[in-house]
Amino acid sequence: MAGADVIPDPMEITLVIAKIGLVLLVILTLAAYLVFAERRILAWIQDRKGPNRVGPFGLLQPLADLIKLLTKEDFCPPAGDRWLFFLAPAMAAIPAIMTFAIVPFGAPVRIFGRDLPMQVADLHVGLLLFMALSSIAVYGVALGGWASNSKYALLGSLRGLAQLISYELSMGLSLVPTVMLARSFRLSDIVAAQEGGWFILYQPMAFAIFLVSILAECKRIPFDLPEAEGELVAGFHTEYSGMRFGLFFVGEYINILVLGGLAATFFLGGWQGPLLPGLLWFWGKVLAFAFLFIWIRGTLPRLRYDQLMHLGWKVLTPMALVNILATAWWLYLAGSSPL
Amino acid sequence: MRVIDDMTAILTGLWTTWKHILRRPVTIQYPEEKRIPSPRYRARIILTRDPDGGERCVACYLCSAACPVDCISMQAEEGEGGRRRAAWFRINFSRCIFCGFCAEACPTMAIQMTPDYEICRRDVMDLVFEKEDLLVEHCGKDPEYNFYRHAGIGVTQPRGEGEGEKPTVDVRGLMP
Amino acid sequence: MAATLFYILATVMVIATILAITGRHPVHAIVYLVTSFFALAGIFYLLLAPLVAMFEVIIYAGAVMVLFMFVIMMLDLGHPERGGRPALGQWLPALLLGATVLATISYAAAGFAGDKLPAMLPGVKEFAVTLFSRYGVAIEVISLQLLFAVVGALYLGRRR
Ligand code: SF4
Ligand code: SF4
Repeated sequence: MAGADVIPDPMEITLVIAKIGLVLLVILTLAAYLVFAERRILAWIQDRKGPNRVGPFGLLQPLADLIKLLTKEDFCPPAGDRWLFFLAPAMAAIPAIMTFAIVPFGAPVRIFGRDLPMQVADLHVGLLLFMALSSIAVYGVALGGWASNSKYALLGSLRGLAQLISYELSMGLSLVPTVMLARSFRLSDIVAAQEGGWFILYQPMAFAIFLVSILAECKRIPFDLPEAEGELVAGFHTEYSGMRFGLFFVGEYINILVLGGLAATFFLGGWQGPLLPGLLWFWGKVLAFAFLFIWIRGTLPRLRYDQLMHLGWKVLTPMALVNILATAWWLYLAGSSPL
Repeated sequence: MRVIDDMTAILTGLWTTWKHILRRPVTIQYPEEKRIPSPRYRARIILTRDPDGGERCVACYLCSAACPVDCISMQAEEGEGGRRRAAWFRINFSRCIFCGFCAEACPTMAIQMTPDYEICRRDVMDLVFEKEDLLVEHCGKDPEYNFYRHAGIGVTQPRGEGEGEKPTVDVRGLMP
Repeated sequence: MAATLFYILATVMVIATILAITGRHPVHAIVYLVTSFFALAGIFYLLLAPLVAMFEVIIYAGAVMVLFMFVIMMLDLGHPERGGRPALGQWLPALLLGATVLATISYAAAGFAGDKLPAMLPGVKEFAVTLFSRYGVAIEVISLQLLFAVVGALYLGRRR
């Protein structure tokens, strides 16, 4: 514990707490509105109008949904495992929220005469923390389905387990080239390394693999097998009701935002961009990713289970490995500083 | 190559949905905008009158017999001049499936379907429509048709005594 | 502050581990064990070994335990929480091994002078360089072993 025993000054702590509060507020509000946006955009894709009754243009719909979810009965199946059943939604949502701590969401600003990075925690193992938290998010899905003591939920969570483990692998491997290019696990370094050119230009393949993998990681169509409505009722959250269901549901959207933010950070230069301020660039990119996810949901059908495993293990993972090797050779041949 | 084919397929799909995002929605905002169904639309049932203003219904029970869900009931009675009509006539709209068989079966064109589809009620008992609710002051879809003119009001005069009408056959007699 | 955090994490870890050992339901035991891994990762972080902390979570909590859980969920265990406690004879080897480990650690800790932690944070780079240059052969051997395992699994799982 040597070296860590410095008492940070109160100003620093206040600023960090303020940042955490702000990020939480923004993320939760955005997630709620993402649900609304998804419903509207899907409706447009299907030539409908979508929710437009509550408030102007339906903008108060998330509030109405929230009230509905809060006032519903919080039901636990009698034969289920109460303790884990109540714990699982939190285990699904919290890692997603925590991941946002390492995402740099804007250019550093100067407040009260000090440089304030627009990032809650700039860990020098930031990328690994992301991998760790995303591997922990599996537990919410698995335990939620298992504790429900229902066959649909159990099947959903088994599928979820297998899917999340498989795609985490290709996701992690597709990030290795960015680390090789930036020479750091620190997310602010990765953003800084993209000043000359976004990594998507050097690593289009890695970006494609990462994009497919994060689609699978947040269990979205075409990879929504854990909750496939047509086959498993609602998959792992079949038995959930009220705000616990809401937590699973909002957790999925928080995941979209976080993974979109990470994709922007790793491949699209994070908050960097010409003319506009960093904050706008970053959130614009995140929302663009969210739109892409919704758009894909409105377009593609669901994969079959064997196709899912085939894509993960026999296509994406080997491609990512080859990509790592190619990047390594390229870096080696180009000398120490390719960029 | 397969990869290129697959990518083209996905991108074509995305392009199609993109075009649909920009398209005008086909939704009709119901309580504000109402669509006007075609005249032959089958919704709320009415009992019409003939051009003279009399009730068309002769309480023949054909509609009631034709109804697949048995939601029409009535009681026949004889009015002045021996003319038959319904003492009461009741349609339970909570059971009606709007198949239109009753209107099809009716020989007098009395029972008719209208395009008025807004017949929901808070209380299900309010969906039981009595004769007063069903009877309207017009002729409905066929304003010319007058059953009694068409068929003659012959029910009150003895059989076989009308103009140009042959005498009735005596079925018990032996003469041909 | 770091000391307080350490004691909190250590308490959590010990309690969670004890619960994981004594818990009768395997899924509950896994949850306790994962909690304990988390606390351990926190302690590693406090000890200026963030890389080890992350690997702890990724590999043990995120992969090994998930596979355990996968297997447990696939099997129909019935009601393991209604089973009896293991007899003393079954406890004995575990107690013996535990006592040995405890004794070794106490012996090592007694000789530890404190304040021997490096002042500078060993970065990811130093870690990697050491791992792949000094222990390169070991890494290769381990990766070959993993390759054997993969090939073996493919052989067993192939379509006949
Ligand atoms: S429309 Fe069909 S169901 Fe309704 S009253 Fe007429 S015959 Fe009966
Ligand atoms: S409505 Fe028509 S079918 Fe029904 S009893 Fe009257 S005349 Fe007969």
